[in-house]
Amino acid sequence: MSGGTTGQVMLVRALQRPQEMALFSGQQWDHVIRLARVADLSARLGFLAQRDGVWDQIPEAPRKYLESALRLADRQHRELGYEIQEIELALRSLNIPVVLLKGAAYVAADLDAAKGRVVSDVDVLVPKTALPEVEAALMLGGWASSARSDYDQRYYRTWMHELPPMQHLQRGTVLDVHHAIMPVSARIHPSSALLLSEARPLQPGSCLHVLAPIDMVLHSATHLMHEGSFEQGMRGLVDLDALLREHGSAPDFWPHLVARATALQLTRPLFYALRYVGMILGTVVPQDVLAGLDQAHGARPGAWRLKWMDAMFTRVLCPPHPLVADRWTPLARGFLYLRGHWLRMPPGLLTLHLLRKLWRSPSQGA
Amino acid sequence: MTPRLVQAVLPDALSAALCSSGLYLRMDPFVVHVRSAIPIVADGIKRLYAGHACWTEGGQFADFHVSVRRKWRPSRPLCLFEMDGQQPFTPLAYGEAYAFLEWGLNWCITSYCHNWITLHAAVLERDGRAVILPAPPGSGKSTLCAALMLDGWRLLSDEMALLDPRTGLLTASPRPISLKNASIDIMRRRAPSAVMGPVALDTMKGTVCHMQVSADSTARARELATPAWIIFPRYVAGAPLTLSARAKADALLHLHRNSFNHHVHGRQGFETLADVVERCDVYDLHYSDLDEALACFDRLSA
Repeated sequence: MSGGTTGQVMLVRALQRPQEMALFSGQQWDHVIRLARVADLSARLGFLAQRDGVWDQIPEAPRKYLESALRLADRQHRELGYEIQEIELALRSLNIPVVLLKGAAYVAADLDAAKGRVVSDVDVLVPKTALPEVEAALMLGGWASSARSDYDQRYYRTWMHELPPMQHLQRGTVLDVHHAIMPVSARIHPSSALLLSEARPLQPGSCLHVLAPIDMVLHSATHLMHEGSFEQGMRGLVDLDALLREHGSAPDFWPHLVARATALQLTRPLFYALRYVGMILGTVVPQDVLAGLDQAHGARPGAWRLKWMDAMFTRVLCPPHPLVADRWTPLARGFLYLRGHWLRMPPGLLTLHLLRKLWRSPSQGA
Repeated sequence: MTPRLVQAVLPDALSAALCSSGLYLRMDPFVVHVRSAIPIVADGIKRLYAGHACWTEGGQFADFHVSVRRKWRPSRPLCLFEMDGQQPFTPLAYGEAYAFLEWGLNWCITSYCHNWITLHAAVLERDGRAVILPAPPGSGKSTLCAALMLDGWRLLSDEMALLDPRTGLLTASPRPISLKNASIDIMRRRAPSAVMGPVALDTMKGTVCHMQVSADSTARARELATPAWIIFPRYVAGAPLTLSARAKADALLHLHRNSFNHHVHGRQGFETLADVVERCDVYDLHYSDLDEALACFDRLSA
């Protein structure tokens, strides 16, 4: 497994200290490109290499894949910009805040996390009371619900924190309309009203908003730690690292982070996210924040549980590639998949839902 | 093992490498790491890549790590193409394993090589000037392409033009020419000594057989070429040869549609293509007789 370890170490080194890309050997590039491809991080590496002035020192063979990925990401950002304009056109007459989430928010707000980031679907958060009007306005704008079965429709509308994904009939783009950042059926319920009250307009007068910096970090952390699938786990860490570095430089970020996490019931996902982004990417978090988080209600799990979670998360938060898998990786992925569902819904509902998925998957590819 | 030509490696050693840690194969501008325990795949590589450099140990950069492996089914054996653990295609019949490798490699290029504008077209070159042959399947593009190569044109690709969006120059990626149905026998008759790969029957495209690329095309694979002609060939049974100028605007739209990644290159891609079309002579070629068509290309390039 020594080759695999090399690959993971090199990818992390490239992300942390991009200048070192100038020194990578052919074999190291071989591993880095393969891992970056499956983790959707090639364009990010390309951006970092250009930013830090080492682009010309990278051998042409691997560099062309960084260039290829950068071109694709640039294009996605351009299309996303267009899509966001269309969303604003469709929804601006409703006089409600429409909060862009995740990749779309990073790109729209021109954050460092957006640089070289792959984006596809757009996620937005709107007030729950406005959902019917939002859905109607989007349908007039050409978006249609893509959930195929009655079960899916019912499942989303009863238990989830979003409408069934909507797809634009002409452009084929997908829009997820959320009214909360966690499912209705989940164990924790971060208040959408709190999130919306602090959201910042993209431009004065625009209905388009992004979350306040602290909330954006908390959402990124929660999204990463509460997922059931971690194929994009490494990219989630890279997002979080970039957000923490950029927002963390503001004087009022760190002092208020833990209190806000407590108010939003997000101390546990924040604890895990800061722990693993530090362990894996070496992101520096101020000691007093970590100490404060340790004391916060529900943040730090018990010692044995934490040991177990460390073993699981360090295995899944790396690119899904045989080069970096060991014999326990499949177990870790399986366990965290179940955990992701466990956190989303109570056991009875979970059992029914998983049976349903199992029953349907071979024939309908759901 | 230092790089050696495929033909210089003992067949058993080559098969053994493909079955175990894999074979690194130079296919300019790429290095591909192939693994496969399927005999047809080994056989195809031995025949069609005989003049290519290969080696067995890692330690260098490879563009793509691919495998074609058998998938056991109680009904009939299938094969599966993988790139680095990804399976972009549903399995195919076992007998199509070699063709699957070639198709899979095409997928790798169209998926990961947006550093170029990739066009669905054959490209050949003579005296530094390249002809781009964009054409839909069934137009006789591959047959014409193979005949031109046998006539001394250097093959850059029978399937995909790699156009640099900044310079408008073409990069060669000469790989075996994919012949279909009747053109397999036509080429066998025209060139009895040409090396053919395994025949795959009953594929989605009918019978498929790959033909080895000329030694000159392989040896000069790193030479870039400047586009000089864009010719839309169409085989029309029994028709006399006609070569007629085609409107450049129409050719541009056609090329744009034939591009696998115009969505990625956007405006710059469109402008590069417009430049290329502007600088090229653009024709429609209708033909039924290959020799007449070759003579026509001779006159053009004279």
